[in-house]
Amino acid sequence: MTNSRKLQTAGLLWFLLTLLVLAIGFYQACTAPTEATMGNLYRVFFYHFPHTILSFVFPYLNCFASFAFLYWRQRNPERALAADAFALASAQVTVVYASVGLATGMLWGRAAWGIWWTWDARLTTYLLLWLLYVSYVLLRRLSASGQTEVLSAVLAIFAAIDIPICFMSIRWWRTQHPAPVFGGGADSGIDPSMYPAVLWNLAAWAMWGAFILGLRYAIERRRQRRDTAAAHQYLSASKSPSYGEAQ
Amino acid sequence: MSYTNFVLAHLRKDLQLEWRAKDSINGMLFFSLLVVVVFSLAFDPTAYPAIARQISGGLLWVGLLFASMTALNQSWSRELRNNVLDAQRLAPSPASTLFLGKAIANFLFVTAVEIVLAPVFAVFYNLHPLGQTWKLLFILPLGTWALVVNGTFFAALSLRTRNRELLLPLVLFPIAMPALLAMIQATTDVLTGQFEPTLWIKVLIAYVIVFTIACILLFETILQAD
Repeated sequence: MTNSRKLQTAGLLWFLLTLLVLAIGFYQACTAPTEATMGNLYRVFFYHFPHTILSFVFPYLNCFASFAFLYWRQRNPERALAADAFALASAQVTVVYASVGLATGMLWGRAAWGIWWTWDARLTTYLLLWLLYVSYVLLRRLSASGQTEVLSAVLAIFAAIDIPICFMSIRWWRTQHPAPVFGGGADSGIDPSMYPAVLWNLAAWAMWGAFILGLRYAIERRRQRRDTAAAHQYLSASKSPSYGEAQ
Repeated sequence: MSYTNFVLAHLRKDLQLEWRAKDSINGMLFFSLLVVVVFSLAFDPTAYPAIARQISGGLLWVGLLFASMTALNQSWSRELRNNVLDAQRLAPSPASTLFLGKAIANFLFVTAVEIVLAPVFAVFYNLHPLGQTWKLLFILPLGTWALVVNGTFFAALSLRTRNRELLLPLVLFPIAMPALLAMIQATTDVLTGQFEPTLWIKVLIAYVIVFTIACILLFETILQAD
């Protein structure tokens, strides 16, 4: 009991710290120098960029957790359940972050390019990433209770294999989204005066992502424990001879 | 018995079943014919031959994709009758032989539909391909295998879920997106003759190799899921 109390305190502290960093990030984003061509419009970048970058990180967590689940499934069922809860949480956080990335990107695109959507390479790949993890969440919803973990772990591995193939094939297909802002060649990069705002926001949203992932994981673990307890109760009740009389 | 013999035994069983009933092939053929007619209502292909060349590659694959959905679901649900699948799980043969046998059988069924459908397409859409048509001999089988290998796998995956007919396209389409892109682009390149389809054939080959291996390795896990 003291252990879970400690975890709760740590979670609360982490949450408060995240709020603080989010506030600093917001302040930095609003006070960063105005961009040369887009003016104040570009400030959505400080929100759009962390979400899109992080929504490419969570799928890897999902893939690792799925591999871990399949490895531990026979060897250590308790640990396998924890890995499965983590896989579910990271997939859901992926969908949330990718949805925010898509929404902010479309708002920005409408203001900067004059269109909501274009079938450009990066946009298409990103939409496919979103589709893949929505289908993962749907599979968890629709599959029978005894098999959900295995089936979704296999789908997660397929999705993780699919992302690089998607990425490369669509790059060859079309290439309106600007070249990568960071590491995209001689002309890329941003003015050094904008770095603090980018880094604070990236840190803030990474912390926020970690927080909701942890929270979702804890909820899923609690649900698993409740299900196991209910199953045990049912088993012991049906075994004991006094079951019929007690009813 | 060797691995190949197991695969052949499964394949023979599936072909025999299909030969007696002819359910999936007839269903797929008529379905894809309907798709051809519905698409030609959307635009007038004989009046605009250039547009017909541009889009009929996409239409052909979309039609085949939808048609194969009907067959893929059936190919596993016939194993559920009389608990055949439970017997398969107890069988001493490697689980992936069952998968490979069924995938090859489905591949042959869809190929049979293509052989009938391709001339129908050319006639109804007044198609005069401008590229090297013999390259379709690589593109069609590669594209079909790319669809069928993942399709058979995901049909097995969604076999015992609630509303499995609904789930199969929902999980298969996002995974199949790069393959669909490659086969549609390659077919369009051949029909319009504007570009070489080489790059897209390479993408298809890579996709097929990667996912065939992934399916064979993970099928045992799927079969013994509970």
